[in-house]
Amino acid sequence: MKFGIVVFPGSNCDADVKHVVEEVLGLKADYLWHKDKSVKGYDCIVLPGGFSYGDYLREGAIARFSPIMEAVTDYALKGGLVLGICNGFQILLEAGLLPGAMRKNDSLQFRCHDTYLRVENAETPYTCLCSPGEVLKIPIAHAAGNYYADEKTLQELEEGGQVVFRYCSPSGEVLSQYNPNGSLNNIAGITNREGNILGMMPHPERCAEEIMSGVDGRKVFDSIVCWLKERCAL
Amino acid sequence: MFLAKIYVTLKEGVLDPQGNAVSKALHAMNYKEVQNVRIGKYMELFIEGENAEEVEKRVDEMCSRLLANPVIEQYSYELLEVEA
Repeated sequence: MKFGIVVFPGSNCDADVKHVVEEVLGLKADYLWHKDKSVKGYDCIVLPGGFSYGDYLREGAIARFSPIMEAVTDYALKGGLVLGICNGFQILLEAGLLPGAMRKNDSLQFRCHDTYLRVENAETPYTCLCSPGEVLKIPIAHAAGNYYADEKTLQELEEGGQVVFRYCSPSGEVLSQYNPNGSLNNIAGITNREGNILGMMPHPERCAEEIMSGVDGRKVFDSIVCWLKERCAL
Repeated sequence: MFLAKIYVTLKEGVLDPQGNAVSKALHAMNYKEVQNVRIGKYMELFIEGENAEEVEKRVDEMCSRLLANPVIEQYSYELLEVEA
């Protein structure tokens, strides 16, 4: 089982993801340079966090035209697992692989702290080891995580079970006071309709082992591995 | 040579946290008449070309593909012929 981690100029969480895959999960991971043109041979592609192209113009707007994104798009549309974390989520939105767009945080602050997330859909490849309604503690670090989609799109997301994570209280209440950025419906992470593409603002790679602030992020990675194994067994 | 003056603004109804902060600052400075502030981007593109219609077609494409995000933003532009 092999992960491919795309490195754009300005990515800065690529090494963290590689560390988790290799040292925590004991699996293989390769960096894929943004100028590469193939993602062949990988079981999961990760678009890591960071500030690709300095966030110039809009977060993710330039990265989404990187040569590798054609291969990532093709891979995703064929059902391959694509996980976008933070800036990776922003890139997926700009690329149109996920619906909606990001606005600046409503506080206008760069928010960097732990958040609590309620698992709204525990049947995705990224949450299949969670129980529905389970609360995960995973940190955020972003200036533009204020998710927006028009009313119709939002309704489709909600009805289709595409909202995977919502900001909540430590005990799982979804209230605006636990929303760190103003995102609609407290959205922290969504998938496409098919469920194989996930974008999330919080950073699971930053809390996937005991030495870190928590271990809840590991559930996301363990879910991916479990889902891939089961699919292989079928 | 052409000069495209491009304005990108948030669509109506899309929350503008920056605009709100600036609006509050103006009120604090006693410019109470300010009703609403929306902040956008202004860009200048110097473009080689002979035919204004052709250039405009490509500018429009640049706006919709990269310079603006049609999910939350709208754009407008003026095209001027300038000395090379």
